[in-house]
Amino acid sequence: MNDGLTDLYQEVILDHSRNPRNFGPAEEADRTARGNNPLCGDRVTVFLNLDGDEISDAQFDARGCAISLASASMMTEMIKGKSVAEAKALFEKFHALVTGKNGVGASPDLAELETLSGVKNFPTRIKCATLAWHAMVAALDGADEDVKTE
Amino acid sequence: MAINVIIKPTFDVERVRQDFPILSEEVYGKPLVYFDSGASAQKPRAVIDAISTVYETEYANVHRGVHYLSQKATDAMEAAREIVRAFINARDIREVIFVRGATEGINLVASSWGRQNLSAGDEIILSVMEHHSNIVPWQLIAEQTGAVLKVVPISDDGALDMNAYADLMSDKTKMVAITHVSNALGTITPVEEIIRIAHERGVPVLLDGCQAAPHMALDMQALDVDFYVFSGHKIYGPSGIGVLYGKSELLEAMPPYHGGGEMIDVVTFEKTTYADLPFKFEAGTPHISGIIGMGAGIEYINGLGLDNIAAHEHDLLEYGTAKLSEINSLKMIGTAPEKAAILSFVLEAVHPHDVGTILDREGIAVRTGHHCAQPVMDRYDIAATIRASIGMYNTRKEIDVLVAGLGRVQEIFGQ
Repeated sequence: MNDGLTDLYQEVILDHSRNPRNFGPAEEADRTARGNNPLCGDRVTVFLNLDGDEISDAQFDARGCAISLASASMMTEMIKGKSVAEAKALFEKFHALVTGKNGVGASPDLAELETLSGVKNFPTRIKCATLAWHAMVAALDGADEDVKTE
Repeated sequence: MAINVIIKPTFDVERVRQDFPILSEEVYGKPLVYFDSGASAQKPRAVIDAISTVYETEYANVHRGVHYLSQKATDAMEAAREIVRAFINARDIREVIFVRGATEGINLVASSWGRQNLSAGDEIILSVMEHHSNIVPWQLIAEQTGAVLKVVPISDDGALDMNAYADLMSDKTKMVAITHVSNALGTITPVEEIIRIAHERGVPVLLDGCQAAPHMALDMQALDVDFYVFSGHKIYGPSGIGVLYGKSELLEAMPPYHGGGEMIDVVTFEKTTYADLPFKFEAGTPHISGIIGMGAGIEYINGLGLDNIAAHEHDLLEYGTAKLSEINSLKMIGTAPEKAAILSFVLEAVHPHDVGTILDREGIAVRTGHHCAQPVMDRYDIAATIRASIGMYNTRKEIDVLVAGLGRVQEIFGQ
């Protein structure tokens, strides 16, 4: 059945949602930011440690759907070791991917995140996929206020 | 010899479905299965036609106009007010106030009644399963007046804890504002008892009737309730229109909520006197076609018989509860003995949002989320539920489609 669901819920996504990597509240973090989706009540907190300009560690704690957990889990894996600018650039590419604005041929930088491209066919779920990323950027910017999707 | 044949009216759901044009729509190539009437009900042809007729043949601004169309529109609107009065068995047509919806009705009472009657330390009793629209207006007035909110808990099945309610009642209690039927759980609250206990202390009661009005007969005089609100779009009428019922002696004593045209008697810059009920609370040009459309929705319900509708929905509630309970990883949220036709549930290990997306592709419209009732979600320590809310046009076959859709969810999530 080609209704987009099998693209959306690929095995790798289900695996990340069942066994999220870098999951749980961090004891200590240089930067912390919370994201909140008032539409569905989902919440995510992103914890980052910085070594100069480099993200030395990334962790998250969340309550959410498979898409938001998988996206957050992959994100924490991908941004470790990246500079602040690189992490933000990756979000730009990821955002283009899930909103279907990246045109043909995705960026190789996206790697496993590519599996979330099915989200573009489910506009109501884009916010699920991007919530943790918005929180990550807010943490990098040192914003005090919680991030909201609305 | 005369033979009297009495034909008991029966409820033919297939005929009813034909009255709702949208039900023949397809979603992703599949027949629409609409289980979101608790959020907003679909509209029968009678309502759609009534609204068209207003604009095609009888539209003008209401009241004060001397010309033919203005009089005709005024008559149609005031006829709808009488339809509403009879629907809720209010004593007096002046007690029927048209508002934008239940939310505005509650805000009107909280603000107008609250400003006049609440002061620091006074208490307002709500329940933990209120919709945000019956929480936030009271919080706003509490902030302004120094009043305090007191919250009645529920038991695990979602029934209101009436002992706790009686215990919360005190000399400081100034208002009780409680839902008649919980939108998140389906619980029907014991409103007669709630009102009796409040009235023993002379405390007025506001009931949020949004989920009750489409499913059960309402009688304001028998209930002796002080304020009652409901929305037009949940009783098969248009959105943007609703009803505030209030006892006339209470409404008369309250200051206006909004100022403007329609609600005045004489205006000078020194002093304005206000119009009588109901117009005192209806500033500005009303939602004329909405009022008339809501009246048509009520007449449609009356034609079928609310008792027949309720019996049909109760059958689906029982059938749906039994069918869903067969699913191992499914847990019903809200299993109070007295329930309206709302099936709220969670699946183990699959988030409601994911369930909603998968069901959507099967053509099934359910609501997933906190249902604007976050405190009751917190009560169950969950973020969200999947809610299938039943309307008069739903069928047993559609329940089967829902159950099959949940099978697809389990398939995709490998359970």
